[in-house]
Amino acid sequence: MSSIVSAHGPASFPPASSEGTPILQCEKINKSFFGIPVLRDVSFSVRRGSALGVVGENGAGKSTLMNILGGVVRPDSGTLHLDGQPYQPRNPADASRHGIAFIHQELNLFANLSIAENLFLDSFPRRTLGRLPTPFICRRTLRNHAQRLLADVDLRLPPDLLIEDLSPGERQLVEIAKALALNARVIIFDEPTTSLTAHEAERLFALIERLRAQGASILYISHILGDVRRLCDALLVLRDGEVVGFGPVADFPIPRMISLMVGRDVERLYPARPPVARGPAVLEARGLSQPGVIHNVHFTLHAGEILGVAGLMGSGRTELARILFGLDPCETGDLLLRGEPIRNCSPRERIRRGMAFLTENRREEGLLMDASVAENIALASLSAFARSPLRLLDFSAMNEATAREADRVRLRCASIRRQAAKTLSGGNQQKAVLAKWLLASPAVVVLDEPTRGIDIGAKHEVYGLIAELAAGGAAVLFISSEIEELIGMCDRILVMRQGEIRAALERREFDQERILRAALGEGDEP
Amino acid sequence: MNLGRRAALFVLNHASLLLFAAVACLFAVQSAAFLRWDNFVNILIQASSAAIVATGMTFVLLTGGIDLSVGSIMFLSAAIAGKILLGNGSVALAFAAIVGIGLICGALNALCVARLRILPFMATLAMLFVARGLSLWITKTRAMNLPDLVQIGAMRIGGIPFPVFVMAIVVLAAHITLRHTPFGRHIYAVGHDPEAARKAGIPTGRVLAWVYVISGACAAVGGLVLLSQLGAVSPTFGAQREFAAIAAAVLGGTSLFGGRGNVLPGTLLGAVLMQTVESGLNIINANPYVYPLITSSIIFLAVLLDCARHAQLQQMKRRKIRMESGAAA
Repeated sequence: MSSIVSAHGPASFPPASSEGTPILQCEKINKSFFGIPVLRDVSFSVRRGSALGVVGENGAGKSTLMNILGGVVRPDSGTLHLDGQPYQPRNPADASRHGIAFIHQELNLFANLSIAENLFLDSFPRRTLGRLPTPFICRRTLRNHAQRLLADVDLRLPPDLLIEDLSPGERQLVEIAKALALNARVIIFDEPTTSLTAHEAERLFALIERLRAQGASILYISHILGDVRRLCDALLVLRDGEVVGFGPVADFPIPRMISLMVGRDVERLYPARPPVARGPAVLEARGLSQPGVIHNVHFTLHAGEILGVAGLMGSGRTELARILFGLDPCETGDLLLRGEPIRNCSPRERIRRGMAFLTENRREEGLLMDASVAENIALASLSAFARSPLRLLDFSAMNEATAREADRVRLRCASIRRQAAKTLSGGNQQKAVLAKWLLASPAVVVLDEPTRGIDIGAKHEVYGLIAELAAGGAAVLFISSEIEELIGMCDRILVMRQGEIRAALERREFDQERILRAALGEGDEP
Repeated sequence: MNLGRRAALFVLNHASLLLFAAVACLFAVQSAAFLRWDNFVNILIQASSAAIVATGMTFVLLTGGIDLSVGSIMFLSAAIAGKILLGNGSVALAFAAIVGIGLICGALNALCVARLRILPFMATLAMLFVARGLSLWITKTRAMNLPDLVQIGAMRIGGIPFPVFVMAIVVLAAHITLRHTPFGRHIYAVGHDPEAARKAGIPTGRVLAWVYVISGACAAVGGLVLLSQLGAVSPTFGAQREFAAIAAAVLGGTSLFGGRGNVLPGTLLGAVLMQTVESGLNIINANPYVYPLITSSIIFLAVLLDCARHAQLQQMKRRKIRMESGAAA
């Protein structure tokens, strides 16, 4: 019955039935970024006309694996076979020539061009003069071809319509039509339903069924485990870059999927935090809502507390952080900082009143990469070093303070005043950002993915600094996609899904499965 | 997308047409002479050179770049043509030299931008000074009178004035290239998102290179038309024409952010609109010191509208996490 075959994974997995031929085979794929392994000996195969679900926590290696298949990155070692032939895509265009289509979460369509033009962007049909080709596009053929493809994906729209006039669901169907135009043999879907309405998602599922019936093979990545079970006939579970489960989907009831996704040993990575009495409320959110982004968010953040925010990608975690810091608009609700309303204050005003925000996007938003480390550290507190009456900067005081903070976060670099921020390693860059906010001695710190992309040693140090911040009386909001680190660090955890807070757990209630379940929407918390 | 936003976007997308109508109405009310046919033909003739240069500029702006060197390219090619004519060369040779110089300067810009990856602003700014410096050297900063050329400028081809004829050919060719060839559609794709274009298998380097070559050639042809109208090359020939060209393109709805705009009707309309304002001010005997103020406020308005449109589009691009009940599917 199962259509996936031969598991090439570790011997502990029993080989599934061996009928049929695989269209795609991966053997012992390894990949590391900057010395940190993200994929370790990953092996699996996909049978023709089947659908393989790929699940795993954020950071488990799903994206890297798909990027290897799609030609975006190359593996360090291991082999790929497509339809029995060795397959080594040099770039995304090469992958699509081989018949591998990748439907990204962020769609790659040109909003300023029409549907038809997007479908045939690199293979426009030309007008002919007699039998001679001309350089001109044959609009009629283009339209006819496009119409046929649109009919295949059941999208009844005029092909001359611009992409920007389409809804997210319609755009996705166009992207799939594009895959069909390339005669894709393997179609990879990366979280395809995150921006779709329920109705649009149903339509997509029906289409996927039809594509399979026509012989296409599907790789389906999703956090919505119910969808995976329904759509796929085989399952690949990744954890920390390793295959921890592979076989017919019938062998993986949802609870087993979840326990495979999370089960790992926690080392002594987190600082011991003695329980302290909860301080006064510092930041209060009352019914914050922004249409299409977040809905009715309530929470109270106390001095000395670390409040975690869990949620999957696209659950609204980062958006909430940006709203709290005043970077994105928020239409309704109240936000109080020490009892004073700040919903309409600018980020600058919020910094002045004692807020700090560590962005998830360190390289682009957190640091001035070409400025020196010291300048970066001083950036948020410059006015504190400006001496009246001319408001000139007091460099000696500033240098002393930046050096002190760099020491405090144990920043490792030759010279904080001569070295540019971009020359630091990821972990040290993050420490520089922390030092910047420590120097400003904030009352409220919003941390968005503070340990993303840094190695385990640096993580340990960052955790220590965060605990230190809280012990010093700051109120910390800790946003992370790694549930485990939230459990290790936080006093309370809020779980977000679809822009709403779906669960709030006290420390004694912390349970990885329970949090993941709430984030996935499998069995809602009351 | 709600109706209000759609309406706002419609107005922003058709701002040039609305502005044009407003300006025309304003002058028509002020003076009956404005509405006469020969005034209209005159406006077209006067706008020809600027429209041709702006057409080339549109190609560059569509990729999200900019070409500051067009005014200097006009000067350099006209100066060399002047030398050829004064040395008893034929008119055909002079015209061929003009186009050739335009192509060469454009190719150098292309090399800097597409291959050496220098920012378009800097690369073409350098070309601005190089070409102008060379031309001043060639002409020894003296004006050259070429009265023979005025005859060509006054010529009619099939009843159509020479400048308008050349403009029509350039604008039509540009329109067909942009709208009906794969290369033209690739320009739009590159302007919208260069990285996505590269992923889609579009030769982005080649596309970028060609737009600068086209812009250089258009600048030279625009210079040729201007030369045939003026009959002289002075040291200020083509000075600041780059700004007129950018203004005409942006007035015509081409976005400085790339990916949006067209030559027909956009850029043509923009160039004609600029000339209409000038001619209208002339007819109502406005104070000449007011001209630049009025032209610049129109340009300011056009750029402001472009930014407003860009902001609208960016907002529409923002990802929605949750579907609000009642949102259109």
